[in-house]
Order: sequence, then structure tokens, then C-alpha cells
Amino acid sequence: MTEQSPLWEVFVRARRGLSHTHVGSLHAPDAELALRNARDLYTRRQEGVSIWVVPAGAITASSPDEKDAFFDPAADKVYRHPTFYEVPDGVAHL
Amino acid sequence: MDRYAALGGIHLRGVIQVTGLRRSAAFTGSGQPVTEGVAGFLLHPLVSSVESCNTGLMYGNDFSAPDDAPGGGLLGEVEAAEVALREAAARARRGGPAPEEDLEAYFVDVIDADQKIEPRDWMPEAYRKTLIRQIAQHAHSEIIGMQPEGNWISRAPSLKRKAILLAKVQDEAGHGLYLYAAAETLGISRDELVELLLNGRQKYSSIFNYPTLTWADVGAIGWLVDGAAIVNQVPLCRCSYGPYARAMIRVCKEESFHQRQGYEILHTLAHGTPGQKAMAQDAVDRWWYPSLAMFGPPDGDSTHSAQSMAWKIKRFSNDELRQRFVDMCVQQAEILGLTLPDPDLRWNDDRRAYDYTQPDYDELMQVIKGNGPCNRQRMEHRRRAHADGAWVREAAAAYAAKRAEQKEKVAA
Repeated sequence: MTEQSPLWEVFVRARRGLSHTHVGSLHAPDAELALRNARDLYTRRQEGVSIWVVPAGAITASSPDEKDAFFDPAADKVYRHPTFYEVPDGVAHL
Repeated sequence: MDRYAALGGIHLRGVIQVTGLRRSAAFTGSGQPVTEGVAGFLLHPLVSSVESCNTGLMYGNDFSAPDDAPGGGLLGEVEAAEVALREAAARARRGGPAPEEDLEAYFVDVIDADQKIEPRDWMPEAYRKTLIRQIAQHAHSEIIGMQPEGNWISRAPSLKRKAILLAKVQDEAGHGLYLYAAAETLGISRDELVELLLNGRQKYSSIFNYPTLTWADVGAIGWLVDGAAIVNQVPLCRCSYGPYARAMIRVCKEESFHQRQGYEILHTLAHGTPGQKAMAQDAVDRWWYPSLAMFGPPDGDSTHSAQSMAWKIKRFSNDELRQRFVDMCVQQAEILGLTLPDPDLRWNDDRRAYDYTQPDYDELMQVIKGNGPCNRQRMEHRRRAHADGAWVREAAAAYAAKRAEQKEKVAA
């Protein structure tokens, strides 16, 4: 029995102008076959105009368990949103 | 090559592109005009319709827009599940459990809030095991499910029917792959899953152990077997496990084409010669009770139900779903002009549902145990297809290794 072929994550751009979105994963021995398999598996109904395949092992992910601590620094910086600021009455184009 | 070359021994590459199927008008090619309303009532509403159902847009364009216009039905429910999934995700919620928080309490909390559990979240071991068992069985069913219909690809009555059937069987392969990928997120490998099927330690749906004796069986499978599968699967679009729910949304949208193509085959036969009609009736007679058995044992005898309901893996009981399926089929059978083989089938005004004869559950148990008409044939075929595909997997791996080596040399 051959070694299991690596896992690839598949991203599809549905239409020109949209970003690639993760749609699922598949196994393939190399990138080229991963791309062809992704075409056969995830775009049988013209769901996309472009496909990315990425080796699953190449993705480094943040852990959901540490989400609070990890993203905490952004929580107290409300002044990064335009709504934080008071705009005096009558000011235009601001 | 992944498993494509090895799947069911059927070559899926170079499949004819079925662009002619975009409009239902294309279906009328075989002589018998298709009733315009067929698709409209086939996906019979189960709940109130969903306002913003835009399946045509979401799904692509493999069938005509007017039939898919807002109106709910099962596809509407799939859409609603998809919307609910997005809404749940949008509801503001802290990301993970606080350091001192009990992980189990947090897990329960997420499920109670109708949010999704994701692969890297903590989950009870039994939840993980239940999901692996269920998703794997589902994936195996899709893979084995290619065989009864694949049996008729070479004998489809026209090129159009052959192209459609090829596309359908290819979909089953795709559904199997989506589901294997979902199961793998729970920490089991593809090779283990394949092995568990081949050595018989994991099961597939008992329905695929029945033979497809005539062309009409392909129609009956589409209408009844895929119809039952859809009724079973639509609630799974709301399953608490994210990857499974998302895979099911995809599967259900594609599955409705399967049900419609089956219904159309039967409709054409039932309105053809007396011999064709008899063939259609015979197929319905043979597939009706096995289809009812697809929903599993009656609620009283179902072993996994209560816990799965609490975890929101399962949303309705076996008997509720079976009843829903029967209620849908009665009117569809009338339009076909075919009879469901149950003399006791009648409307019960008190229950607002049809009374019907239960399938033979002893037979179901026998088939599950391996004593159905085709169990051995199905497993033998799958083992052979897997073994016969080994050289393809090996060649692809060797080629990938050679290419990687060449790249290294160039880089050096």
C-alpha cells in the first residue's frame, strides 16, 4: 500500500471581483493533481473561475482556545472606528 | 488522482459536459414532454416557504430558474439552514472558553446557542466517535451507492440519459469525498476510513444491497431512494458540527437534481407503452418498502437517537422523518399515475398525515447483517475497484516524487 497522499485545502473564486473562499479539502500526490481534482470535485457546476490549492500542512492556524487572549489587544481600541468620533452639527464631507 | 480513478471502478474523467441540461426544456428530447409543474411540486413544502430562496443563483444553473423560484420546499429548507448558519456565526460571541471555564460546560453552551462546533474545539469523546461513525457511514453509502446505478450507465436508453446518469454517479463520488473530508477533520485518516469499509467494520446504507433489475429501477432510485435521503439529510444541514453541516448543504443542493431526474424517468415510462408503465410500477413496488426502511428502526428501537438529538446532530426522530417522506410521496405517485404498494395507505384526518404500513424491520436487520440480495457483490466490487486502482495511486505518487526531485535539482 502506498503512503497516503497529502491533504490540500481548496479555495475557489466564484466570480471575477470576489475573493477566493475556502470550500473544502482533498487528497492528491502533488499540486497539479490537487488542482485537477479540485476542479472535478468542487466546480462540477461552474462554481468558480479560479482555484487555489494549498498544502494543509503549510497552514498555521490560531487556536480557538486562545482566541480571547490572542485577539484581546483589539478589544479596547474603539477609537479605530469612525463612529467613535463626534462630528459637530453642520459639518459636510466628513 | 485522489480516489477518483479507484472509485467504484468507474472512470470519471473526460465526462461529457452536460450543458444541455440547463433548461428543463432540454429534458423533453426523449419524445415525452415533461409536465412543466413537475419540479415545482416535487420538492413539496415541509414548512412555510422561505422568502429569500434564490437557489438558481446559489446553486449554479443546472436547472431552470422558474422552477426554482421562491417557494421553499426542501431546497428552501437547505437555503434556510445556510442562512441560519451565517446568522449564528454573526451573533456576537466570545471566541473560546475562559482559562478557568469548564470545557464541557462551554461545549454545551455553544450547542445550546445553536452555534457550530469546529474541528479544533474541545468536544466529548463520545460526540467525536458518534460523528465519525455517522459521517463515515454516510460517506461509504455514497461510494457504494454508485454501484446500483453504475450498473445501468452502459445500458441507458439514450445518450442524453447516459450523460445524465454519468453526472449523477459522479456526484455520488463527489458527495463521498466531501463527507470523507468532513470525517477527517475529526482526527481519522482517509486510509483508515477506506480500510474500515473494506473490512466490513463500518456499514453503509442497507438500501444499496438491493439490485437494479430494470432501467425503471434507476428512476425509482432517484425518486424514492434519493427522495428519502434528502428528507433524512436536509435536517443535517443544521447539524451542530460545522464541517458536516456545510458538507450537507452542498450535498443537498446537488441531490435534488438526482431526485428530479429519477422522477422524470418514471414519469416518462409511466406515460409510455403499457409495458413501460408496468416496468415503472414494478420498480416502485420493489423500492417502496426498502426506501421506508432507510429511515432506520422505529423510534422505540433506535439506539443512537436520544443522545444525538441532545447534541443536535440529529434533529428529528426516524419515525417523524419516515412520516414526512410518506406524506410527500403520495401526491407525487398520483401525478406519476403509479400506485404505492400499500393497500392500507390512507389519509388520517385526525393526525393530518397518512397512515401507512411499516416496512419489514426484520428484513432490514438481515440486510444490515450482510444477508441482503447484493451485500457480497457490493463489497467484492468495492474491494476489487480499490485494488485495481492501486497502480494509479502508486503511479501518481511516483510521478509526484520524481517531479519534486527534478525541481530540487533545478533549484540547487
